[in-house]
Amino acid sequence: MSTPAFTLIGFGPEGWGKLLLLAAGLTLVAAVCSFALGSLLGAAGAALKLASSRSLRGIGTFYTTVFRGIPEILVVYLFYFGGSLALTRLMHLAGFPGFFSLPSFIIGVVAIGLVSGAYQTEAYRSACLRLERGQIEAGKACGMSTFILLWRVIAPQTLRFALPALGNIWQSVLKETALLSIIGLVELLRQSTIASGATRQPLLFYGVAALLYLVMGQITALGIRTVEKRLARSWGR
Amino acid sequence: MEPIQSASPVISATGLTKRYGALDVLRGVDLDAHEGEVISILGASGSGKSTFLRCLNLLEVPSSGTLNVLEEDVRFRMKGAERQIADARQVNRLRSQVGMVFQNFCLWSHRTVLQNVMEGPVHVQGRNRHEVREEAEKALDRVGLLNRADYYPSQLSGGQQQRAAIARTIVMRPRVLLFDEPTSALDPELVGEVLKVMQGLAAEGRTMLIVTHEMAFARDVSSRVVFLEKGTVRVQGAPQDLFKGGMDERFDRFVSHFSRQG
Amino acid sequence: MDWPFLFATAKTLLMGVPLTLRLAATSLCAGFVLAVGIAALAGSRFAPARWIAALYVMLFQGTPLLVQIFIVYYGFGQIDFLRASFAWPFLQQPYWCAILALSLNTSAYGAEIIRGAIAAVPEREIEAARAIGMSGLRLRRRIIWPQALQYGLANYGNEAILLLKATSLASVITLMDVTGLAYRLVSKTYRSEEIFTVAGLIYLALTFVIATGVHLLERRLTPCRRV
Repeated sequence: MSTPAFTLIGFGPEGWGKLLLLAAGLTLVAAVCSFALGSLLGAAGAALKLASSRSLRGIGTFYTTVFRGIPEILVVYLFYFGGSLALTRLMHLAGFPGFFSLPSFIIGVVAIGLVSGAYQTEAYRSACLRLERGQIEAGKACGMSTFILLWRVIAPQTLRFALPALGNIWQSVLKETALLSIIGLVELLRQSTIASGATRQPLLFYGVAALLYLVMGQITALGIRTVEKRLARSWGR
Repeated sequence: MEPIQSASPVISATGLTKRYGALDVLRGVDLDAHEGEVISILGASGSGKSTFLRCLNLLEVPSSGTLNVLEEDVRFRMKGAERQIADARQVNRLRSQVGMVFQNFCLWSHRTVLQNVMEGPVHVQGRNRHEVREEAEKALDRVGLLNRADYYPSQLSGGQQQRAAIARTIVMRPRVLLFDEPTSALDPELVGEVLKVMQGLAAEGRTMLIVTHEMAFARDVSSRVVFLEKGTVRVQGAPQDLFKGGMDERFDRFVSHFSRQG
Repeated sequence: MDWPFLFATAKTLLMGVPLTLRLAATSLCAGFVLAVGIAALAGSRFAPARWIAALYVMLFQGTPLLVQIFIVYYGFGQIDFLRASFAWPFLQQPYWCAILALSLNTSAYGAEIIRGAIAAVPEREIEAARAIGMSGLRLRRRIIWPQALQYGLANYGNEAILLLKATSLASVITLMDVTGLAYRLVSKTYRSEEIFTVAGLIYLALTFVIATGVHLLERRLTPCRRV
C-alpha cells in the first residue's frame, strides 16, 4: 500500500474527495429530476387508472404493469441504445448524416423517471381512493371550478395520503440512479469505479460510495419524516 | 298573515325527476322557494328529500324537469340517454350563491377552520383576502368558534365542525342556504348548538331549505313545511296548519312516528 | 415485424432463464434464512442485538444493490483473510458473488417483512394462547408463526418479484442471464428495440408466473380468509 486511505479519499492533490462529492451531487440531481418526471407521469398514470373510460384505464394498467414488471436496467439499456438509434434515424431523415447520441443524463432521467412514474401511479391512485367524497362535494357546492378543486382540495390531500409511499419511492429512485453508471454518466458509482481503477482500491472507494448513498438517503428520509409528522399532527389522520 | 313575496322565486323546480338505473328516486317534484322563506323538507328515508336538495345545486343532475335558480334557467344537454350540465361555468356561478351545509360537515381536513371559511370567498369569488379575513372572523364569532379559528377540523367536536361549516357557507354571502340533514350525524347533546345557529339565520330573514328530522325545529322555525313521499310532494303548507293534524293522514303518521322516537 | 429474428432472439434469450431463476431462487432461500436470523435479532430483548439488526437493515436497504455487488466482486479480493479462507474459490466466481450480494440484499428486506408480519399478529390471540397455558416455542409454532405467514406471504411474494428483477444486475459482472444475453446480442446486432422488448416480455412472463404462484399459495395457506 503506497498512499494511505484517508489521503486517497481526502481533498488534497492525490485525493478523490472533491470528485466524489461532485459525483454525489450529480447523483442527487439525477434522482431529483427522475423523481420529478416520475411525479408528472405518476399523476397522469393515476388519472388514467381512475378514469371512467375502460380503454384509458387499460392504458394506465399497461404502463404500470410493464414498468413495474421488467428490470430497471433493461429500461435504461432500451433507452440508451434505442434512444440514440431513434435520434440518428430522425437526423438522417432531416438530412444530417452521421451518428447522434443523447446525453446519458437525459436518457437516464427518462428511464428512471418512467419506472418511478409507474410506482408513483400506484401511490397517487391509492391515495386518491382515500379522499372523502364529501370534501370534494363541499368544494363543488361552493362553486369551485374543476381546476381550483383539483389544485386546492384534491392535490394537497392526495399528496398527504401518498407521502409515506412517495418517501419509499424516492429512496428507490436515489439508489436506482446507480444504474446510470453503466451508460457512462459519471455519477457517484461511476466516479468510484474510476477512482478504484486508478488506485486499485475498490473496497475503499465502493465503501465510500455506499456511505455517501446512505448519508443522502438518511438525510432525505429524515426530512420526509419530519414533514409527515407535522402533517399528521395537524390533520389528525 | 301572508308573507310578502317578491314576484319571482329564488329557486323554482318544476317536474324534477331523478332516476338511478331502474330506480326512480324523484318522480316529479315542483317547488318554488321565495325570498325569506324557511322551508323544511320532511320525509322518511328513501323519500328522495336529500336527492332533491342535491339537485338544487346540481350535485345531482336531475333526469328531467326544469330548474330555475336566481332567475336563471339551468342549462342541460343530453349525452346519450343521460342528462348532463351544459354550462359548467353557469353552474359554478350559481353554486357560489347557493350555500350548502352537509350532513357530514365536509370541512376540508387539510385546512384550519379559518382557512376553510376563507377558501371560497378568496379562491372562488376572488375577493380581497384582508377584507374576507375580517368577515370570516365575524362569521366564526357568530357561530361561537372564533377561539377555534386556527384548529384543524379533526381537532373539533361534531357540533363545532358543523358550526364551522355553516360559517364557511355564510361568508360566501349566499342568496339561498341549503341544509342537508345538518344534525343527523351529531351526538344528541350537540344538536342544540347547531339548531340555535340555524334559528338565528332564519330570524335574519335568510332564504333556507332544510332537509331535517327535527320536528320541533320544522314546526317552530320554518315558514313552510314540504312533506315528500316516494319522490313526490305529498303535502305542503304552513307548519301551524300541518302540525295541527288532520290535513294529511300519512303526514300525521310520519310525525307521530318521529315524536314517539324523539 | 421481423418474426424470424424475434423467434431467434427469444430462443437465445430463453437460454438465460435457468440462470436467472437459479440466481433468484438460491438468493431467495439463502436470504430467507438470513432474514429469519435478522428478524430474531430485531425482536430480541437485548438492545445491542436490536441495534445490529437495525444497522444491517439500514446498510443493505440504504445503498444501491449495484454498489453491494461491486463491493463483493471487486472489493473482497482486497481483504486478506477472505483470500486465505475456504470461501475464496467461490468469491472469485461472479456467480457466487452475485448470489452473496443478492442474498444479503434481499435478507434485509425479508427481515423487515418478517418483523412486520409478526407484529401484525393480534395481541389478543397471543393472550388467548397464553391463557390456555401455551408459551415459548409451542406458542410460536402453533399460533404466532402460522398467523405471521398469512400476513407476510403477499409481501414476501412481492419481494420475490423484486428479487427476480434484481438478478438482472448480475449481468453487469459478466453473468449471462437473460439480461446478459440480451446485452451481448445487442452489441452484435444493434437491434436493441426488438431484443430488449423480447427480454422484457420474458421478465414480465416470469413475474406473472411468480405472482400467480404466490396468489395460489396464499389461497391454500389462508383458508380462513377465503371469501
